Order: sequence, then structure tokens, then C-alpha cells
Amino acid sequence: MSRVLVADRLATATLWGIAIAVVAVLLGIIAHFVLAAAGAGALSPSFLFGNPSDTEIGGIGPILFNSVYVLVLTLLITIPLGIAGGIYMAEYAREGRLTALIRFSQELISSVPSIVVGMFGLALFVSATRIGYTALGGSLALVVFNLPLLARLAEQAIRAVPADERHGSLALGTSRWQTIRHVVLPLAIPGIVTGIILTAGRIFGEAAALIFTSGLATPARYDFSNLDLLDARSPWSPLHPATTLSVYIWKLNSEGLGQFVRQIADGSAAVLVLMVLVFNVSARGLGRLLQRRISGA
Amino acid sequence: MSDVSVHYGAFRAVRDVALAIPPNSVTAFIGPSGCGKSTILRCFDRMNDLIPGARVSGRVLLDGEDINAPAVQAVELRRRVGLVFQRPNPFPMSIFENVVYGPRRHGVSDRRELDAIAERSLRRAALWDEVKDDLRRKSGLALSGGQQQRLCIARTIAVDPEVILMDEPASALDPIATLRIEELIAELRAEYTIVIVTHNMQQASRVSDRTAFFTMGQDRAGYLVELDDTVKIFTNPREQLTEDYISGRFG
Repeated sequence: MSRVLVADRLATATLWGIAIAVVAVLLGIIAHFVLAAAGAGALSPSFLFGNPSDTEIGGIGPILFNSVYVLVLTLLITIPLGIAGGIYMAEYAREGRLTALIRFSQELISSVPSIVVGMFGLALFVSATRIGYTALGGSLALVVFNLPLLARLAEQAIRAVPADERHGSLALGTSRWQTIRHVVLPLAIPGIVTGIILTAGRIFGEAAALIFTSGLATPARYDFSNLDLLDARSPWSPLHPATTLSVYIWKLNSEGLGQFVRQIADGSAAVLVLMVLVFNVSARGLGRLLQRRISGA
Repeated sequence: MSDVSVHYGAFRAVRDVALAIPPNSVTAFIGPSGCGKSTILRCFDRMNDLIPGARVSGRVLLDGEDINAPAVQAVELRRRVGLVFQRPNPFPMSIFENVVYGPRRHGVSDRRELDAIAERSLRRAALWDEVKDDLRRKSGLALSGGQQQRLCIARTIAVDPEVILMDEPASALDPIATLRIEELIAELRAEYTIVIVTHNMQQASRVSDRTAFFTMGQDRAGYLVELDDTVKIFTNPREQLTEDYISGRFG
């Protein structure tokens, strides 16, 4: 065998090895928590939707609710702003010092450790406003470092729309905004949706930024009939303290007391991993589906 | 059009072009690749405005009015001067919505009026019979390449322009689809002023009344060699350069 061929085989084998190792680690993580959770009887509706308990396994209902609540609230703020920012950067901003500064900030904020963002949130949204730990404070902390990411992803999706389609609209005597609204955005939607779902996965799994902002309080139960949005006791209020799933796992592992701490933590981790997996898989599926829808093929 | 030059940054792409396009005629722009035919074409509807760093100097008159004057809005101008692109570029929406895209954006919302515009435009673009059954269901992107290009022509006709510019409209199509586009151009001549860029000399001789031959100088800037009746250009051109080009000696 010639040396070139040997080198080629060696490189192929190495890359395969790395790929298999990556997949194995991923499957290992998922399998570990799912098996542990299943063994502890934690993959049942009563665990998912039940209330926490000290004397038995109980459930993670309120915590799961908080995770979804914080996710939705964060996305409500992040999506419109992120898309608007992406449109500005892709269509209106003139390349220059300002755009360079914005891009630099985007990268910088995205790479700031989230625990630091959490401390910033503590200073700004919790202490300075004197409203204490709230779902809103947590969401705003998450917005801080997910908005730049989503804006960047939206910008890339918009830039990926071919100039011909854009010019095709402009050549009919339409304005720039009409062109963006009716031609560019529909073509960019699959990319933007993928970006949103990937961001959602990050938000759902985030712990460090939330410890100091949405807090560690674990309510025994929620009164869902309380619809007063300014009442911190109402689970629907953005002002209620909201421990999320990842924060809950951290709390159980660091200071949890009680007989079933291990099982609850494993169960929660399994739920978290599976949810993030679902986000990522659906990001790809939905992106492709929308692509096909739009191209009408 | 007089003294028209186009710069991309410091590079002069086109220099000192002067020509006149008679109304209700077909004028073909021919010449070797890179001689600035498409750039000149885009001076007529100010599409060069969209290219960062591009600068157009000189005067372009449409019905005696300078289209580069500050008072003229490019958006308004482009309703009077349509452009069909080289690569068919239908929008990601139904055939119907593609055709009425322009009128809708310009404020037509009456359903019957839009229906009428769509049918009239598609008929004129010789596409109606092929698509009338699934006008609203089928995406413009699901059509064949030739149909897509006729859809783009219908879309352009729908805003009722005076001039239709075509930038190598058939170069991405097969011979049969090309033939249909050429027949269409012949029919549209009665109502519109058409300027077509083509690298296909047979096409120029088949579809056009007048032909402009461009080439590139030593400085790589494109310029107009001559513009004359198509018959004259292809049988007895004034310039040696034109003669060489059409007889296949260069380009």
C-alpha cells in the first residue's frame, strides 16, 4: 500500500473514531439519566406534573411550569427584538464603525460566562429594582445573552436570501420595507425558526444566570386559579420567584435534604436532557418542513 | 442616454455611452462577457443604485425626463421600467400572488381587479392556459424554468410598465423554452419598449429591430461600438470590430 493511501486510511479511521466517541458520550449522558430516572420511577406523569414532597419522590410540576414560563417570557422579548436587530444589521446598517462595534459586542456578550450575567442581573433586576427574585428578572438576564445570538442568527438567515429575489421585488417598484416584509422574511423564516429553537434549548437548560435572578424558592404547590398578574404568589405573574429545572437540579445536588434527593435530581436531569434533545431535533425538522412549504415542491 | 459612465469604486466599468431607444421596438444589446451590457441595462431603472460603491454619471432620459434627477424616486421609476432577470426568480408564494405582487404593493386590493390583472398578465405572458387551474394552490417555485421565466414576465407586465428590460432572459432555459420567450417578445413589442441583453447573436437577430454592439477597451471599461438596425449590424456593420465579433473572430 502506498504511503498516501495509508495516510488517507489513518485519517479516515481517526475521524470516524472521534465521531463515534462524540456520539457515544451523548448517548451515554442520555442513557445514564433516563435509566436512573426510570429506575427511580421518576418518568411518570405524577413526577412530571405532581407537586414536590419531602417524604416521597413527589413531582416537579411547579418547577417544570417555571421552566416553560421563563422560556416563553424570554422568547416573547427575544424573538421580536432579535428579528428586528437581524433585519437592521442585514438590510439597513451601513458597514462601518457602528456595525463593527455592534458585532464585537454581540460576540463579547455571547461569550461572557453566564454566572457573570447572573450577577449582573442580580445587581440590576433584583437589587436595584427592589422587586426581589422574579421570573421577569430571570428572563431579562437570559435576554441579555441570548438576544445577541438570535440577532446574529436572524441576520445570517436574512443575508442568505439571494440578491435576485430581493432585486426581483425592488424591480417592480416596491419599497425596501415591502421587499423585506413580503419576500425576504418569508425566505429567511426557516433559518430564523431554527435559530429560535436552538436559542430556546439554551434558555431551557440555563442555570447559572438564573440562580441569582429568578431565585431558588421552591413552592410546595401553585394556585393556578390566581390570575392576578401583579401578585407574586400567582404562578402566572412575571413577578413570582421561579426556580427552573436546571436551577432545581443544582440546588438538589448542592444543598438538597431528604431521602429522595438523588432520584429527583436524576429524574429532573432526564427531563431536561430529553427536552433539550426535542428542541434540537425539532429545530432541524421544522426548519426543513418550512423550507419545503415555502419552495412549494 | 448620453455620456453615461458607471464606476464601481475606482474602477470604471462603462464609459461614455450615448444611445437612443425608440418606443415600441425591441433593442438588443450584444457583446463579449464583461463589456457592461447588463450594467448599461440597469441604468434604465436605476438598479445600479442597489450595488454598494456603484456610481452612474451622465444623463438618462425617459420621455424627456432625467431619471437620475433628485425629484425622481427610484421606486416610482421602476414601476414604469420593468426588469426581467437572467435567472428566473419567482417569489415563494402562489402563482396568483406572484403576478399580483406589484399591484398589491401599489395599493390595489379589490379582488375582482386583482383577478383581472392576473388573468390579463398571464395571458399576455402566454402562461395562462398552463396554470389557470391551480393559480392559487401552486407555488411559483414549483413551475418549470421556462414557466417561471414567463411568470416573471407576467409579474412585470402586471404593474403596466412602459419599458421592459430583459437581462439574458433565456440563457438559463432549454431551447424550446427559449423559443417561447422569443415568441413572447415579438408579441409584446406592440405595447412595450423592450431592451434585451443577450449573448446569443442568433437570438438578437431573431427578436430585435435594433442592435447595439458593446465591447471592452484596453482599460477594461465597456463602451458602445455601434447601434443600428439589426439587419444592418448583422449584414453590413460600419465598424470592423462589430464585423469581427458577429463573424465569430473574437468574443
